[in-house]
Amino acid sequence: MSRYAPFIIVGLVAAAALGSGTYLYRAKRAANPPLKISKETGEQGGESAHVLGPADAAVTLEEFGDFQCPPCGRLSEPINQLQKQYNLRLIYRNFPLPVHEHAKEAAYAAEAAGRQGRFWQMHDLLYREQAVWSKSPDARTLFNAYAGMLQLDLSRFKQDMDNSEVQRQVDLDKERGALIGVTNTPTIFLNNQAVAPEQLNPENLGAAVEAAVKNAKPSS
Amino acid sequence: MKNDTNQKRSRAEIVFYTVAAVIALIGLAEATYLTVIFLTGETAVCGNSADCFKVLGSAYAKIGGIPVSGMGALAYFSVFTFAIFAAFDYARARKFFTWTVISMFAVTLWFLFVQAYRLHAFCRYCLFSAALVFLLTGLVVARPSTTRENQ
Repeated sequence: MSRYAPFIIVGLVAAAALGSGTYLYRAKRAANPPLKISKETGEQGGESAHVLGPADAAVTLEEFGDFQCPPCGRLSEPINQLQKQYNLRLIYRNFPLPVHEHAKEAAYAAEAAGRQGRFWQMHDLLYREQAVWSKSPDARTLFNAYAGMLQLDLSRFKQDMDNSEVQRQVDLDKERGALIGVTNTPTIFLNNQAVAPEQLNPENLGAAVEAAVKNAKPSS
Repeated sequence: MKNDTNQKRSRAEIVFYTVAAVIALIGLAEATYLTVIFLTGETAVCGNSADCFKVLGSAYAKIGGIPVSGMGALAYFSVFTFAIFAAFDYARARKFFTWTVISMFAVTLWFLFVQAYRLHAFCRYCLFSAALVFLLTGLVVARPSTTRENQ
């Protein structure tokens, strides 16, 4: 029996390691399913926007955000939850404010990640880690590290960060915002109606979205 | 008298390799977890730690697209396997055990150098793994002389 014992022990450990690894992998994949991402183009002079959710959603939530703005960071996760809860069509546009040192670079990082299909993952990560990179003297190194963690092609990401088209994309978002009167972040529109600044907190925004969903489908 | 010495030696060897196997198991669990994190692209694991992101998100975290943590898992599994077989008196397994631990020690030194002088950041998971490898190396160095004689 002891002749076979080491084979049995090693076999059991191999099976346990593979089994638990597979289980963990599936659990993490189930918790974070691939996002239904779409990228709309041609709205205004070749401008594109990052869109999450169905095109025929009853309510569209459009956000003008700055990755370094703390209130935007506080609203990021609640907006994600509202998107899932009400199946919203979520549009994100960059509106980096000049007072925030790394905001523009962060917007470039999100756009560069978007070029590899990971805009929303980088969006969430930038907001979640906002307190860390905002204070960093070398935010760019951290953005590269985030790209590495998201399994992006790092050399392509670095090139895209400096790409004039990517930077133009951010400028176009900002121009669009300025054109419709956006001056601050976050600015949120629900079916093209601006949400009042006092409603820009998780509780009141949830109520505003619920009201917008009810108004959009009065018969149901 | 001779039988008594043999029995003591055998018991010391079993304890020695069992401790090594347990350390390798802990390393295997950590490396497997980090491999899954790498494959799923999850980022919460480094929450609020710039250093962790700098290391795990660096080009050094993978070799030819293969995560270093995956290679670590394989190495820890090898150490576990050799330790178990050595505990069951497979003479050749002792040599493999020693050489695998020495190789892991060399690789660990390289990654500590990379973290200190190239990335200027230390990742807590990597430091934990380094501590485990140091423990295994310590065990190899401080191994009972009876076990060494058997090789």
